[in-house]
Amino acid sequence: MNQWLSIFPATAFMPIQGTEIAGKIDGYYAFLLISSLISGLILIGGMTAFVVQYKRRSANDKTAYITHNTMLEFTWSFIPFVIMMVIFFWGKNIFNELRSMPDASEAEEIHVVGVQWAWNFKYKNGIKQYTKEGISAENKIGNVEKQIMAVPLGKPVKLVMTSNDVIHSFYIPGFRNKQDVIPGRYTSLWFKAEKEGEFQVYCTEYCGLQHSQMPATIRVMKEPDYKAWLEANKPVMAAGDGGMNEMAMKGEEIYDGKCKSCHSLDGTRVVGPTWKGLYGAKREFADGSSVDADENYLKESILNPAAKIVKGYPPAMPPYAGQLSDDEITQLIEYMKVVK
Amino acid sequence: MSQSTAHVATGQDNYLNHEKGIWSWLSTVDHKRIAVMYLVSVLTFFLVGGIFALLVRGALFNALPENKIIQITPDVYNQFMSYHGIIMVFMVIVPGIPAIFGNFLLPVMLGAKDVAFPRLNLASYYVYMAGAALAVGTLFVGKIDTGWTFYTPYSIKTSTSVVMAVLAAFTMGMASILTGLNFIVTTHKLRAPGQTMNKIPLFVWAIYATSIIQILATPVLGITLLLIGAERALGVGIFDPNLGGDPVLFQHFFWFYSHPAVYIMILPAMGIISELISTFSRKTIFGYTAIAYSSLAIAAVSFLVWGHHMFVSGQSEFAGILFSVITMLVGVPTAIKLFNWISTMYKGSVRLDTPMLYAIGFLFLFTIGGLTGVWLASTGMDVHFHDTYFVVAHFHYVMVGGVLMAFTGGLFFWFPKMFGKMTNDTLGRLSWVFVFTGFNVTFFPQFILGALGMPRRYFEYHPAYEPLNQISTVGSWLIGLGFVIALVAIIHGLLSGEKAGANPWGSKTLEWQTPSPPPHDNFPITPTVTAGPYEYR
Amino acid sequence: MSIVKTEDGHFHHAHHFNSLSHQYDSAKQGVWLFMVTEILMFGGLFVAYLIYKSLYAPIFHVGSSYLDWRLGSINTVVLITSSFTMALGIYFNQKNKPKQAVIALALTILCALAFMVIKYFEYSHKIHLGLVPGKYFTNTEFQNKVAEYISNMPIESLTPALSDANLMKKIAPLYFGFYFVMTGLHGLHVVIGACLIFWVMVKTAKGQFGAEYYTPVEGVGLFWHIVDLIWIYLFPLLYLVG
Repeated sequence: MNQWLSIFPATAFMPIQGTEIAGKIDGYYAFLLISSLISGLILIGGMTAFVVQYKRRSANDKTAYITHNTMLEFTWSFIPFVIMMVIFFWGKNIFNELRSMPDASEAEEIHVVGVQWAWNFKYKNGIKQYTKEGISAENKIGNVEKQIMAVPLGKPVKLVMTSNDVIHSFYIPGFRNKQDVIPGRYTSLWFKAEKEGEFQVYCTEYCGLQHSQMPATIRVMKEPDYKAWLEANKPVMAAGDGGMNEMAMKGEEIYDGKCKSCHSLDGTRVVGPTWKGLYGAKREFADGSSVDADENYLKESILNPAAKIVKGYPPAMPPYAGQLSDDEITQLIEYMKVVK
Repeated sequence: MSQSTAHVATGQDNYLNHEKGIWSWLSTVDHKRIAVMYLVSVLTFFLVGGIFALLVRGALFNALPENKIIQITPDVYNQFMSYHGIIMVFMVIVPGIPAIFGNFLLPVMLGAKDVAFPRLNLASYYVYMAGAALAVGTLFVGKIDTGWTFYTPYSIKTSTSVVMAVLAAFTMGMASILTGLNFIVTTHKLRAPGQTMNKIPLFVWAIYATSIIQILATPVLGITLLLIGAERALGVGIFDPNLGGDPVLFQHFFWFYSHPAVYIMILPAMGIISELISTFSRKTIFGYTAIAYSSLAIAAVSFLVWGHHMFVSGQSEFAGILFSVITMLVGVPTAIKLFNWISTMYKGSVRLDTPMLYAIGFLFLFTIGGLTGVWLASTGMDVHFHDTYFVVAHFHYVMVGGVLMAFTGGLFFWFPKMFGKMTNDTLGRLSWVFVFTGFNVTFFPQFILGALGMPRRYFEYHPAYEPLNQISTVGSWLIGLGFVIALVAIIHGLLSGEKAGANPWGSKTLEWQTPSPPPHDNFPITPTVTAGPYEYR
Repeated sequence: MSIVKTEDGHFHHAHHFNSLSHQYDSAKQGVWLFMVTEILMFGGLFVAYLIYKSLYAPIFHVGSSYLDWRLGSINTVVLITSSFTMALGIYFNQKNKPKQAVIALALTILCALAFMVIKYFEYSHKIHLGLVPGKYFTNTEFQNKVAEYISNMPIESLTPALSDANLMKKIAPLYFGFYFVMTGLHGLHVVIGACLIFWVMVKTAKGQFGAEYYTPVEGVGLFWHIVDLIWIYLFPLLYLVG
């Protein structure tokens, strides 16, 4: 059935099929096209035929007086209803397949963060494909540094996605799949690529100035090549060996500009607590409670320091809510991890 | 046999010359004059919205920014796109047919002297103009770049004049509610003796169903818009995730109005088509009851399908599937109407005057728009098409190919009644040729662009999409030319059109049983109705 | 209204109606339809409130403890009384007793004023304490109370959002966002209603109503009753939910 339907040149107007389900969708699309063409022909053909056949011949034409025909009403309600139910069920099955997420154990999970105006990808082994700074409005689609998401061929990939600012949407035309990406929440999308090569990704929920200038590329590679790519791009981390990742370097810049005056790196007390050994340590607060200094705590203490005051220190730190972006806070925390 | 047994008055005293002077117009409570004022306003706003459309398409003629024939930055494009949507939706298509033709014709078709609340009617007009002034005012304050849909969080964060724009939309919504309210009471309470609900014209049924939607849906838009304002001004936290809010909740609230809103747009248009087809086929409408009840059915079901705009929004799959199947259901009454109209022409006597050409154009274009709507109602297919040019093509087929075709057809049809003169039929048909052809040239390629994956609201796009975009832009010039010719036809008709009799088209509804233009009181004596509105025997 | 009273005290209906009663019925239907839109508008707000209350119950529970239920109860009694005096205003107009009608309507306006005065005290107290919508919120005591309330809830009943104490503190001001928008929109309608009542009171005093024609008074009365009704829902939802 699918083969017969795909003979129809409709699929010439669809992007290349990157996944098996894209093929199923194209078959469905061909069915929709054909059934609509037939419906359209009946309606428009009927209309044209009547306009011609019953053209007015004289000013005193007598017309038939036909008010209704209940049988006809029923027929042309029932048949479209049946066709629409077929369309509904077929589409529902495809939708279910598009959205039934594979198990964590069998799928390669990649995190996606949409920001204004780029896609950022994070892999489990630490690879972070972040946007290069300063993509200006003059950049063309041909020249924009498109972020590459490498994925393995023939293996399910699950994307766990969120946004840092406004709603974006991750759209892969070649996979016939998209999912909105929402701040404050995680949404998911999965696919199993069956063709090697590069597939275009577009943001497809209007997000402001450079909505049309945040493309990305999914590069499908054979599994061994994919594993090699993962290995080759793995970041060098941890303090002590002199290697710092890009995030931490940016964090250091912010520290120099905003935090250095009150927080030391070597253990001395200035105004606020030192950052040496800070990350992950247990903090005790003036009200007797305590917490481990993890990402959530550190982020809160930057945005709203008054919420938890460390025992023995004055409540002197101003809140940085509105002055530091989420990315900058993450960079600072990365730096803290290195400094420890 | 006509509907009226009234003695038709002859004479030159009509609503246009009943009182003279600009103040008599600005302070009028005559529904016919109010309709004419709306006509002038709506056509003006249509022109402005159309210019923005030409700017949008002009900007899209080339793919890459440095090649664009109109050298603008992306933010300017985003503003063009937003203004085109806001003006066309809130200032033209939603009010358009009800405010102009509903106002002019509803009382006359019911044999009444005016609407139920004439002064409220005038107030509605001024409220609408106030809202329009606010909307246009944003052009001079901070502009708007959110799109007409105001999605959060972007609409909370952007520095453009969102509060002013939502106040504008709120105000225009208020006008919409007051008009709808007026029409419902008019239909219930002011029908001529003998005119049961089964004897009113289908245009009245259409306006009636539309008014019900206006009353029930617009308040929800109202509160949604107020909440955007509160979010921006006070940081209430309802839609902003940083403050605990849910940006997707905005979409639910917004589409709860905006989906019924598209039926506010199309139902009156369908009412016009019923009138045009039966008049120009000289035949009684086929399936009067089916068409009347299908309007009510569409109005009712329209409230249950808003989630089909949100299949990929993060809404649950189960909700998506539910919305999908109900949306399919709303297609059935729509199909019923199409079949009934075409059957009306069977064994009729069809003449393709300008209004009928526009009606035929509607049937052709709305069929395509409606069928592609079914594709989009399917969850599996919509995942690929959502937010691509396929959707843009679909809604322009139904809104322009549907509503605007019916509007223009109605304008040429009722022009003699409203102004006592005939338009030049050649000019009218010429306008149709350009509008119909131009429309298909503009929007059919967009179906293909969407299938090929081009997202909407894109300023810059992949060069592979360029040829189809260029065809589309050329089409927009043809449409523009077509509407300019239509405007010329109207103005020429006003200035030097041949004098029109009471019933130049040989129609059977009540408005044609009174002189053209009608006297101030519509009917010298209230007519008594003894037969249905389409008794062509 | 263009309803003219002739020398013999009779009223003429507008020319597009058949009779005064035809006009009256139509006017009533119009006002009812408008009230449906008002109910739907507030309804949307109530739906939003209920959604967030079910998501973040502790915030709403603790938040309502910051509202003075006694002041709220007084306001409820005030509004119910005002509905009664409004009904009296209609009744006296029906009975051709304009002097009593004016008194009844004046009392209604007084009740409205009392309501707004009490509202003023409630609002200024909260603003003073920093219990205001998100952007301007500065009351850490409230945030701490929310955290404390959550910490006393059984662990099994906590959703992921609720167990994130920092998140809960950050979004606690949501309660006051709802409080101010809901009571504010309602308060605006009280003010509008008071102005409308003043308008019909003046017309009553000028002798422009009578047994044959009192439609505007009844229309305004209906508006006022709906405003009262909305408060009857607001009061328990906001003040008593704790």
